[in-house]
Amino acid sequence: MLNTKTAHELLDLISSGEVSYEDVLVDVKSQIKKTESKIKAYAHPPNNVESVSQGSLLKGIPIAIKDNICTKEYLTTCSSHILEGFNPPYDATVIERLKEKGALIFGKTNMDEFAFGSSCETSFYGPSRNPWDLDRVPGGSSGGSAAAVASDEAIWALGSDTGGSIRQPASLCGVVGLKPTYGRVSRYGLIAFASSLDQIGPITKDVYDTALLLNIIAGHDNRDSTSINIETEDYLKCLEKDIKGLKIAIPKEYFIKGLDKEVGDSIRETRSTLEKLGASFKEVSLPHTKYAVAVYYILATAEASSNLARFDGVQYGFRERNIDKKETGPMISMYKQSRGKGFGLEAKRRIILGTYVLSSGYYDAYYLRALKVRTLIKKDFDEVFKEFDCIITPTSPTPAFKIGERLENPLSMYLSDIYTISANLSGIPAISIPCGFTKGRLPIGLQILSAPFKERDLLRTAYTFEQNTDWHKAKPKI
Amino acid sequence: MNRIPIGIRLNLKFDMEFETVIGLEVHVHLKTKTKAFCGCSTEFGNEPNTQTCPVCLGLPGSLPVLNEKALEYAVKVALALDCSAQEFIKFDRKNYFYPDLPKNYQISQYDMPIGLNGFLEIDLDKERKKIRIKRVHLEEDAGKLIHKQDGAYSLVDYNRCGIALLEIVSEPNINSPQEAFEYLKNLKLIIQYLEVSDCDMEKGSLRCDANISLRPKGEKGLGVKTELKNMNSFKGVRLALEYEVKRQKDLLSNGKKIIQDTRLWDENKQLTFSMRTKEEAHDYRYFPDPDLAPFTLSKEFITRIKDDIPELPQQKIENYVKDGDLTRKEAGEIASDKNLSLIYEQCIDIYREPKKMYNWLTGPVLAYVNDRKKSIADLNLEPKELAKLIQYVSNGKLNNTAAKDALFSMLDEVKDIDTIIKEKGLTQVSNEGELEEFIERVLKENSQSVQDFLSGKENAIMFLVGQTMKLSKGKANPKKVKEIILRRLRDVS
Repeated sequence: MLNTKTAHELLDLISSGEVSYEDVLVDVKSQIKKTESKIKAYAHPPNNVESVSQGSLLKGIPIAIKDNICTKEYLTTCSSHILEGFNPPYDATVIERLKEKGALIFGKTNMDEFAFGSSCETSFYGPSRNPWDLDRVPGGSSGGSAAAVASDEAIWALGSDTGGSIRQPASLCGVVGLKPTYGRVSRYGLIAFASSLDQIGPITKDVYDTALLLNIIAGHDNRDSTSINIETEDYLKCLEKDIKGLKIAIPKEYFIKGLDKEVGDSIRETRSTLEKLGASFKEVSLPHTKYAVAVYYILATAEASSNLARFDGVQYGFRERNIDKKETGPMISMYKQSRGKGFGLEAKRRIILGTYVLSSGYYDAYYLRALKVRTLIKKDFDEVFKEFDCIITPTSPTPAFKIGERLENPLSMYLSDIYTISANLSGIPAISIPCGFTKGRLPIGLQILSAPFKERDLLRTAYTFEQNTDWHKAKPKI
Repeated sequence: MNRIPIGIRLNLKFDMEFETVIGLEVHVHLKTKTKAFCGCSTEFGNEPNTQTCPVCLGLPGSLPVLNEKALEYAVKVALALDCSAQEFIKFDRKNYFYPDLPKNYQISQYDMPIGLNGFLEIDLDKERKKIRIKRVHLEEDAGKLIHKQDGAYSLVDYNRCGIALLEIVSEPNINSPQEAFEYLKNLKLIIQYLEVSDCDMEKGSLRCDANISLRPKGEKGLGVKTELKNMNSFKGVRLALEYEVKRQKDLLSNGKKIIQDTRLWDENKQLTFSMRTKEEAHDYRYFPDPDLAPFTLSKEFITRIKDDIPELPQQKIENYVKDGDLTRKEAGEIASDKNLSLIYEQCIDIYREPKKMYNWLTGPVLAYVNDRKKSIADLNLEPKELAKLIQYVSNGKLNNTAAKDALFSMLDEVKDIDTIIKEKGLTQVSNEGELEEFIERVLKENSQSVQDFLSGKENAIMFLVGQTMKLSKGKANPKKVKEIILRRLRDVS
């Protein structure tokens, strides 16, 4: 049962010669065989492996990759019909870095179409399911990655986070998920949803693995103008420090109506655990929090409407072959009908919304104003981080919800990300770690945020908490 | 009762004088080795789609990275056109769907172009005029569509896609097709001096669209304009504009309205025809490109580029007129080619005879260039040798014919002038004894001409001089020859 282990545990076993990476692959595959039909974590399941260049560091340990990160060996389709059959001729920078260090790219995980969603239900390939309760969603959009890790169908995984897409599914599936500081990890090869918000990050079984993976993927990339040229640090080393004297803020705006009682209780318990470990707490205010969702859905959809314009059936992906040219002539008809059939409902909703807010006459009222409020939201955080090392909040206001429950009501779905969106808008790093269970045995996640490029603070807080609790060790019965 | 009949009212318009209002949009390919946002080659004329990569193909997940050289060139042009160069650099996305645009948006600059409010001077018959430049901005070019004749399909070549393109937009203060022509000529010249583009309209490295409207003279507001495209040369731009002036004038004079449209110039038929009428303005939904973080140019960067701008043609013309007693027109001819002006300047540094230098450069030197189908840049012309050659003519060592021969040989064989003269024995013969021999023979063989001269036909002397020159293979000093012949014939008479 090597598949149940963390990457660092496996590295120890491989280093000592007790097992080989092939043994790991066998166990991962057999788990996939056993549970994948129920979980549906993969959009493109692992291929047969012929050979692995065993880089020194990761020794052939497999990793599952979200379906919006370009890989030469696997189709990369953003779980969308419109990218049907698209096989990128190049690897994303993070994939290159992983391969260099000896990781084996092992399957592409399911996601909400183009990362538009919080439940993994909008995938063209059908929904993934939560390993803790198959009637419930794994969260989204990196739901496949989180479900694969939680169900031991993967050792660890990469996801992407635009408004909570790593942290919320990590929370709902009881695993660890980190959204690094904007610009910390190269976006080259990540199929863009909202370029100013997207970040790639790890989804793992414990905090140690997250630090290990971040060490590999973080760092400046001259192919991404938005990746920032600041020295990375050894994030594993950051874990060694305890949290005595650490100052943690709790924003009052996050503990309001809509927050599940059990989740709220769990966070309060977490607080007393961290206090016992030496951290001090104070309630603070992030006054512009209430605008975050609105600002996000203007900016993210605006960028998305332009980013997704390239999916037109001309060069790659799906093109409607039986074009009815009567109405608009061959070219426009090809666009309309390919995009009409190629995109799902939520993608169309967001493209239309984004096109609207950028349209002349509306730009100032929506896009420009949202940009200004974004600055205010960021300032709120700057203020808090002048005095505090970290902020803690719930990751998601509720535990995993039922499949279909929010699909018909987009607004209720959008509110799933109410606690995670601000980190993307302000560019700061944030992690979700398991911190409890509901009575119904559904995982609850704790979100820890820190100042830009201070991943070390949230990692050591998360790690210290994890070392003193057992939540992350719990496994679902599938 | 006293109403003027409508026909007469319209007739008033026949006498109306119109003012032409033209604005030009010029697109120039910057001569960077690689494209604006990726490392692909910009070479012209290769197999379709051989100069592409994930970035310029707009493949999912790829990201643009600004080519610093393109930025440098753009700033250089902006500064040379006296624009206020903007320190804050920001790129925007211009969103529209077209198959030659793989991302379905073009990376461009919207509200903060690299250069704003510049100008360019042109020479008119009697005056000089400042044409104001509204903006200069950097963007990426699109690919090229090739349509199958029967309309069955279209093909796309993305080689051009992503090449750095500079858009230079003039204010509408160009008032005639000739002014437009002069503007283009000067713009091209400046850009060539900066060595940032070939400005070759045939290869598409310079493209020009024109907006044109007429208005009654004295009116402040603008008339309805048409947009002209598809001109393949500066001459074509002028012709298209001339055609359009006439077309619009005819319409307006007959009381008809101009319909705002985009028109294509048909070079064969020499006319413009409507391609599409502008229904509504396109909504390009410009917004800042989130893939390219805005940044500020350092003062040092701008200073470095400023210092790098060479002396521009207008300044050269001033200098040539001031220091070299050339006319503006002559100075303009020299300055119309950067390399020619460099040769000129180096030559007059050695031998300060500007007028002679002008005559030689625009005469024999350009004749050589045309004859050998070379460009001035390719000439193996040592200014010091040319200066020497001209000096030899002045001091009588060479006559004009021999000097021209010497120049051609010197350029063909890449040797210094003294070697050429020695090898070809071109030194002018001024020695009377040697000349007497030639003249003796000529007078003997052309007794009819001698007679003609003696009977008063003065022109006959030139024939005799010519014959002597021929006999001496061009080496004889014609002045001397004429002197001697005259002396001899007078003696006879």
